[in-house]
Amino acid sequence: MEALVATAVGVMTAVGVFLILRLRTFPVVLGTLLLSYAVNLFLFATGRLYIDRAPIFTEAARAYTDPLPQALVLTAIVISFGMTAVVVLLALGAYLDTGTDRIDLARQDDDEDVT
Amino acid sequence: MSLALIAALPFLGALLPGLMIRGGRDAAAWVTGAVSALALLLLMTHAPAVFRGEIVQTRIDWLPTLGLNVTFFLDGLGFLFAGLILGIGLLIILYARFYLSKDDPMGQFYAYLLLFQGAMVGIVLSDNVLLLLVFWELTSLSSFLLIGYWKHLPEGRQGARMALAVTGMGGLAMIAGMLILGDIVGSYDLTVILQNRAIIQASPLYLPALLLILLGAFTKSAQFPFHFWLPHAMAAPTPVSAYLHSATMVKAGLFLMARLWPVLSGTPEWFYIVATTGLITMLVGAKIALFKDDLKALLAFSTVSHLGLITFLLGLGTRIGAVAAVFHILNHATFKAALFMTAGIVDHSAHTRDIGRLGGLRSLMPVTFTIALIAALSMAGIPPLNGFLSKEMMLEEAAHTVWAGSAWFLPVLATIGALFSAAYSFRYIAHVFLGPKRTDYPHEPHDPGIGLWVAPAFLTVLVVLIGAFPALIAGPLVAITSGAVTGGALPDYTLKLWHGVTPALFMSLIAVVGGAAILALHRPLARLWNITPRPEAKAIFDALVGGLARAALAFTDRLHNGALSRYLAVMALVTTLAGFAAFFSGTHAPGLRVTLPLSPVPVLGWILLMAASLALVVYYHQRLLALVLVGVVGLIVSIGFVYLSAPDLALTQISVEVVSVLLMLLALNFLPRDTARDSPPLRRLRDLVIAGAAGLGTGSLIYAIMTRDFSTISDFHVANALPGAGGHNIVNVIIVDFRAFDTYGEIIVLGIAALVIYALTEALLGGPAGRRLAEWKRAEAVAGDRHPLLLVVVGRLMLPIVLVVGIDLFLRGHNAPGGGFIAGLVVAIALLLQYMASGFAWAEQRRRYNYHGMIGFGILLATLTGLGSWIAGVPFLTSSFGYFRIPPFEKFELATAMILDLGVFLTVVGAVMLALWSLSRLARRTGETLNTEPMDVRLTKPQPEPEGE
Repeated sequence: MEALVATAVGVMTAVGVFLILRLRTFPVVLGTLLLSYAVNLFLFATGRLYIDRAPIFTEAARAYTDPLPQALVLTAIVISFGMTAVVVLLALGAYLDTGTDRIDLARQDDDEDVT
Repeated sequence: MSLALIAALPFLGALLPGLMIRGGRDAAAWVTGAVSALALLLLMTHAPAVFRGEIVQTRIDWLPTLGLNVTFFLDGLGFLFAGLILGIGLLIILYARFYLSKDDPMGQFYAYLLLFQGAMVGIVLSDNVLLLLVFWELTSLSSFLLIGYWKHLPEGRQGARMALAVTGMGGLAMIAGMLILGDIVGSYDLTVILQNRAIIQASPLYLPALLLILLGAFTKSAQFPFHFWLPHAMAAPTPVSAYLHSATMVKAGLFLMARLWPVLSGTPEWFYIVATTGLITMLVGAKIALFKDDLKALLAFSTVSHLGLITFLLGLGTRIGAVAAVFHILNHATFKAALFMTAGIVDHSAHTRDIGRLGGLRSLMPVTFTIALIAALSMAGIPPLNGFLSKEMMLEEAAHTVWAGSAWFLPVLATIGALFSAAYSFRYIAHVFLGPKRTDYPHEPHDPGIGLWVAPAFLTVLVVLIGAFPALIAGPLVAITSGAVTGGALPDYTLKLWHGVTPALFMSLIAVVGGAAILALHRPLARLWNITPRPEAKAIFDALVGGLARAALAFTDRLHNGALSRYLAVMALVTTLAGFAAFFSGTHAPGLRVTLPLSPVPVLGWILLMAASLALVVYYHQRLLALVLVGVVGLIVSIGFVYLSAPDLALTQISVEVVSVLLMLLALNFLPRDTARDSPPLRRLRDLVIAGAAGLGTGSLIYAIMTRDFSTISDFHVANALPGAGGHNIVNVIIVDFRAFDTYGEIIVLGIAALVIYALTEALLGGPAGRRLAEWKRAEAVAGDRHPLLLVVVGRLMLPIVLVVGIDLFLRGHNAPGGGFIAGLVVAIALLLQYMASGFAWAEQRRRYNYHGMIGFGILLATLTGLGSWIAGVPFLTSSFGYFRIPPFEKFELATAMILDLGVFLTVVGAVMLALWSLSRLARRTGETLNTEPMDVRLTKPQPEPEGE
């Protein structure tokens, strides 16, 4: 099971990094989304993996998984949503303002601002 | 406490002039004067103790672990300087009131002046060297504001920049020197450092520390070769020049040398560096001053020269030299401030400071003439004025000090310096006030009102009194100050006019006669001076700064070429390499933790996740497909959370998933249909390698972590969740109780993110994007149906049900999976669905609550919950709970944490909806119209048709 989670984190990170290195806004947005999945899963997994040990007190439960990474990741997920929303708006705004969805500044060799 | 208050008063007072200027210029001047006077009064309350030889101390621990404490101490040296700073400051405030014109913003001036004053007082009272450095840099900054006060003058701005660059650079060097010094001694307290002379001078780091500290002191006190900034700072209004260059800014370097004199002086290095620099500065400054035609430039270079003189005296390293230095600091402050003020009066009255256009002012401005005459004669070293006394002491010391085996070197050079000094002082009188009256003054000169001349007159009275009765007036002050500088017993000396026939008397005589001779020969000498080529410091400085700026720009342009993808690639690569380097350079125990067994369902999910992720690499340019693939990944991650005992995470992840995808779908409306592929194959390969390495590193790292055991701090949370916070859901209890302050910060971040989105939209609509949107060609023709019937009906039917689910999730959150975050997201989804199904305009029309208000109210609620804990006398956001029973319901629990959770809920709903609403505003700009019917589908008609546009 650990190997599955580790490979999932690895592949999501790799794909996320590959996507944020693209030259257009949309893949970069997708890349940040994927990276935030990977990071959240990573943080969660630092609490180690357990099955059927949800950190909720019940009569039947004997042991609980580490709740702290879960609490951290829960808020992290919500914050990543805020970040995604801002990035989406930025991408949208850049496209509407400039008419292009490139993320790199065009080279301006001829009109350099010399002081 | 009161010492800290003396230093703090000017800073606090700096707020007042800006307010009081509304009551007029007099009100601003009065309040500024009152602040300075109060600080001076506080200082004087310590006078008895200081004169008894005690050291007054104040200590407030600030960052004790870093050795940074707010500690102040007051001894003779600090007392003299603080007295000069505050006393002359008072005179300057008075003088400036009448000097500045109606057009100058006087409130600003006084505010800057007080800031500067506070920084200076801070320097001279600081006990902790780190604190001293803070104040040191503050003087550089506040003097920048003062020198550049006339912002409309390019010379003012350039002079201010130059002063800041030179003194700021020196200040940086000094920080290093002081840190070394503190490191050698093991304490950053001056009082401790000053007692460790032997340790410091024996240390191999003595010389580096000395050089760095002297660099700071020399730049600040305009010693050769850093003297060039001071004359350019003369572009400031005259009150500033009089203040900065007589008693304060430039004396800070001298103060520091005097302060550290007990531990740094007495070595050959100190003697040769400090005394020689001082002597050169004295000569160079005096020589240039002689040929300057601008009154203030003349005074500026004379200041440079006199600073050199004092540095020379300190550099001698003898106790009597230190006494003479202290005495000359006092004397110079009195006559130089007076002289600057007279220069200002002449400028004010005749509308020029050019000596070539002046002369014959004696009978036109008798009062100013008298003041200038006395002050200038004191500067020339004519008895019985105070300048004579300290200059005699200097010459006497020079007369019997051997420099590199030569007995005549110092006396000769010192005499030449004194000679030049006499010459320019005479010139100040002769070429400005004496001679025939002229007919071509730019403005008819006359004496000003008492407001302008009373301050310099007061100072000249001091000049005369100290000269006549040195032991009575200045004796005790010089004694305690010198005692503080030398840090021990005082040498045998007397402050008096007549010392008998000594070598110094002859040297003085030569200087005065020679000075008069040079004045007589000034015209041919000036001609010679003007044709001699000499380096122009400003040109060199400008070229240097310009070159540096160009080099920095070229470097930055290379590094920062606007290609975001390049920065990201470099960042990813460096992070990955750093991770690998750290991993391979350490040792690791094998991972022996027992792993969980595999079962078919998780493997199936894993295959789906892998396939979806890898497919993204190939299909990312097809936006809709890519979005679906991301959705699959998110869904599997959510299911994974459920499987791995994290139901709260799963609920959060899945609802965030829905919201994110919806948001992106809405945004996709306006983005290009397909993403162009424009990376060349080689670049894709490079990116794949970087991405692969990053993925491999991250994956291996988490695998390594998961296969090793660990100790957790969560046992506390598990043990206390129910008894301490009354919650069964430990994750929720951590969020709203144990780590509530984190949560509080997080909802604020979320609120800010939403406001950023709102602001971005606002800016977009006002710019070219707004126009582009207005011409947008809508895609409904392609979609066929504007709002699909099924979605509309289902969405509206679902709304109340989802809202109830949301409330349930919220209420049960403390004890079962749920809580404010999840409930907020679920409710937001229900609302989002209405926008999606029925159109922005329709949903917008039915909106009752302001989303900004919701965010604000949520955060306010959380804050109030936190503050409520304070009222109960417990730390911020401490929760309490209790069990209640209202028949006929069962017993239930109420916790104050629920109010915080309600704040979280409201903020989340508000933030998500504000983001969406912002997008909807963009959409409405494209011309979306409002439906005329509740649904834009007529159910009565057999063939539903889209509403006409």
